[in-house]
Amino acid sequence: MATVEVAFTPLPAHVRTARLIATAVARRSGVDESVLDEVRLAVGEACSRAVEAHRVYCPQQPIRVALTGDGERFEVVVTDAAPAVEPVPAGAAGTASDTVIDGLAVIAGLADDVRIGAAGPGTSIAMSWKQRIPPA
Amino acid sequence: MDLKLGHYDKDGIEVVDVEGEIDVYTAPRLRELLIDLVNKKNYQLVVNMEKVEFLDSTGLGVLVGGLKRVRAHDGSLDLVCTQERILKIFRITGLTKVFGIHNSVDEAIAERKADK
Repeated sequence: MATVEVAFTPLPAHVRTARLIATAVARRSGVDESVLDEVRLAVGEACSRAVEAHRVYCPQQPIRVALTGDGERFEVVVTDAAPAVEPVPAGAAGTASDTVIDGLAVIAGLADDVRIGAAGPGTSIAMSWKQRIPPA
Repeated sequence: MDLKLGHYDKDGIEVVDVEGEIDVYTAPRLRELLIDLVNKKNYQLVVNMEKVEFLDSTGLGVLVGGLKRVRAHDGSLDLVCTQERILKIFRITGLTKVFGIHNSVDEAIAERKADK
């Protein structure tokens, strides 16, 4: 069972909330302070990507975030319900004139380990970091 | 923290002050400001990011979009940023080679003037 689970409606405003929760749970789980910024950014990227995909394919469905600290690793799994067709990069919706930066590449550069897989009709992005100190 | 935006002219270069978080929620406001400045023929821009607390790939996309817009008019978009947490995302994405990143607004303006 995850330490904390969150489901939120696919609105950009809620991505910040998800970031704040992830950072708080990571800190509580014993993730080193120096890594918290990486957790915050990676979770934000995964949630942004999910929000963009949901806004296109399934705006009524929630996005789910599961955060787990098992004493050795802190893992965050962001699961969307959007059909796994062409991936919708973060920032794509309504930004045709902007360059789209690949959020997955950013996540890969931040997390110790990243796994991407199918989850029902959608996609899950699992990111993990070592827990460097015992959880409080 | 939400996003606060301001801008002013300094030595013929438009300086954009950004404060707060640039993400999927707030980035559209920065995009609108950059587009507005370019539409008003401001093609030499310096974006001061010293008070930015968070930047994600959506925000990076907006900055790159702004750079492309000013370059279409032979302009420039330089950044001011000394925060390691923000610089890290530029390094991860390789954008340190795309933007001129400076330690202060004065330095950015001086180098831009020297390039002319």
